[in-house]
Amino acid sequence: MSIATVRPDLPLATINPVAKVAATIPLSIGLVLTLDPVSAGVAILCELIVFTAVGLGPLLWSPRTLPVWIAAPLTGISMVLYGAPSGTTYWQFGLIEVSDGSIAIGLATMTRVIAIALPAVVLFLTIDPTDFADGLAQTLRLPARFVLGALAALRLVGSSIDDWRTLALARRARGVADRGVIRRSLGQAFALLVLAIRRGGILATAMESRGFGAPGARTWARRATFGAPEWRVIAVGCLVAVVSVSAAILAGSWNLVWS
Amino acid sequence: MTGGAIAASVPASIEARGWGWRHGGRSVPAVSGLDLRVDPGERVLLLGASGAGKSTLLHGLAGVLGGDDEGESLGELTVDGRPASAARGRSGLVLQDPDSQIVMARLGDDVAFGLENLGVPTDEIWGRVGAALEAVGLRLPLDHSTSALSGGQRQRLALAGVLAMRPGLILLDEPTANLDPEGVHEVRDAVARVADDTGATLVVIEHRVSVWMPVVDRVVVLGHGGVLADGSPDAVLVGQAAPLRAAGVWLPSDVPWRARRSTARDVEPLMAAHRLDVARVPRVPVQRGLDLRIDTGRITAITGPNGAGKSTLALTMAGLLRPDGGRLEPGAPMAGARGDEPWRWRSRDLLTRIGTVFQHPEHQFLTGSVLAELEVGPRALKMSAGERRERIAPLLAALRLEALTSANPFTLSGGEKRRLSVATVLATRPRMLVLDEPTFGQDANTWRELARLIADLRDDGVGIIAVTHDETFVDAVADNRFALGVVGDAAMTDAAARGRSQAGGASA
Repeated sequence: MSIATVRPDLPLATINPVAKVAATIPLSIGLVLTLDPVSAGVAILCELIVFTAVGLGPLLWSPRTLPVWIAAPLTGISMVLYGAPSGTTYWQFGLIEVSDGSIAIGLATMTRVIAIALPAVVLFLTIDPTDFADGLAQTLRLPARFVLGALAALRLVGSSIDDWRTLALARRARGVADRGVIRRSLGQAFALLVLAIRRGGILATAMESRGFGAPGARTWARRATFGAPEWRVIAVGCLVAVVSVSAAILAGSWNLVWS
Repeated sequence: MTGGAIAASVPASIEARGWGWRHGGRSVPAVSGLDLRVDPGERVLLLGASGAGKSTLLHGLAGVLGGDDEGESLGELTVDGRPASAARGRSGLVLQDPDSQIVMARLGDDVAFGLENLGVPTDEIWGRVGAALEAVGLRLPLDHSTSALSGGQRQRLALAGVLAMRPGLILLDEPTANLDPEGVHEVRDAVARVADDTGATLVVIEHRVSVWMPVVDRVVVLGHGGVLADGSPDAVLVGQAAPLRAAGVWLPSDVPWRARRSTARDVEPLMAAHRLDVARVPRVPVQRGLDLRIDTGRITAITGPNGAGKSTLALTMAGLLRPDGGRLEPGAPMAGARGDEPWRWRSRDLLTRIGTVFQHPEHQFLTGSVLAELEVGPRALKMSAGERRERIAPLLAALRLEALTSANPFTLSGGEKRRLSVATVLATRPRMLVLDEPTFGQDANTWRELARLIADLRDDGVGIIAVTHDETFVDAVADNRFALGVVGDAAMTDAAARGRSQAGGASA
């Protein structure tokens, strides 16, 4: 299943995933504090430049980021139609009121969604779940039992997708697939859950028999390092946040959402 | 490196004194009053009827039965004189299901998992990982994806994961029951090599005795009252042949039952495939240009290696998957359904025409009791309560499910689940029956019952497709064999040509 595999030759693939997640946090905070198009627009520009510079340009325009490019305009449009009105009103129909104010809010929202979601999606595509688990357990010192349990559960996602297809075929074979889509889907979801729990039980026994959860210190076959490259990634993330916020303040569009 | 890393384990001894285990929530113990001693380095084949507690003993030895909240332990079970539950790391367990034992996404990481848990220093881990993979013959890159492995490779990976921990005791719970013949030999040979290299004590559970005869030097038969027989393989298998057969054990060279040749004269085509392309995912065909005809009163076995598209072909013939190319032509007995493309038929229309039994019975269970499960089809056909009873009562009797009518299908044993999944399909009397691996992982008793039932249905004029790896089944029961190989290399032959002398014409 592609869900758990990442091409190891991608740029940034060797960076500790914890650093990649941390790098997106300052910008997200900055963009949530204000609702203006300048900060988010500058952030998107910076992101395009940075990702292209490190060689992740092709991922930016790959089908994997398509949901972001589709979802962002949709949220923007809904804000244009329903956002708090101010200034000239261009069109009104029931609750819908398109005005200068709602257009500005729509634009700010759309750019915001792109600026926050785009780096998250692109960076996540470079994160291998195994490396992420190593980072969470070794760098952030989260409990190994929890982190590795979640990681092992990923192994079941692939089999669950196959199970779902087979369950659908089996329902057709048993003569109950002509009507009641909703009720049948619920039953099928329940059956999937039962199968997943059974598989999970076997997996848990296999893990336990290999000493998982045994008392005593655990060692790590793969060392999650956190050094200069990781700090550089976080620094770039901070820099993008600072540039975006500064641009908004200089342009005079900076407006704290609660003011 | 190889020899040094692997040979370092010291064989373990096992002792059970009046040992028993009762699972929480059950009134009858799974094992009770067991006395057994296994000396270091012995290689034991553990036999017994299903329900005799073989797996429970193995899980007990591996220390994974759980604590007081999961069940009640009686007597003593020790590995090297210490309680088995405290001896984790001394034993390694390989389970039956190849899909559910992989922990990590990459080959090397999966082998390393147990070593990390045992606290082996990082510098030492990778040497031991390499040696373990070498020992089981998995010569693949360490970052090879574990989901891209075949069943036999997965089981060898599980063995490597156990081996890297240098256990003194290797426990195998039906490690080859779910594998194709090639995978069975891969795994058996890897176990034999590992046992020779390490000298570790070995305990194997398996129904098909012949596979393990070259590896083991002692056979122990468990019954409900403890050990029934114990000794050298020859002594036990010859001396205890009758009770072992009764318990469903496959003795070497046994064929539990043989069908008569089909006596049907006036066969009629039920479903014909013309230049058929089959695909699980649309536009990604796994086989192309297949020509195949299924007739009334004939059993056609579809054989071939894993991944050849056997199940995909069967599910396409069953009207469940859309053909990716070519054409399916239903025969006259199928008439009355809307249109002539089976995949477009209504789900209800399939019930009386094509019955499909899936490889894993769990996929097709819909209700909370055996009786309700059997009523699903007849209800969909809008039969009255009286008609439903008339249909179901004989099935319950024929498939020995009478005592289980209110049981939840998911709680049945493997053999019972299989019998129920067949019975649910028969309740609507389909003209064609599609069986995906009907005899997979079944003991000899269930095998015999299924084989008889399938042959009886054939004699009643039902046309049967059986996807199978089971050469005994092809030889003893099927009429034709449709062998799938690499794409475009499929051919229909008379299944009996090798097994039986009288030559009958292939019907398709």
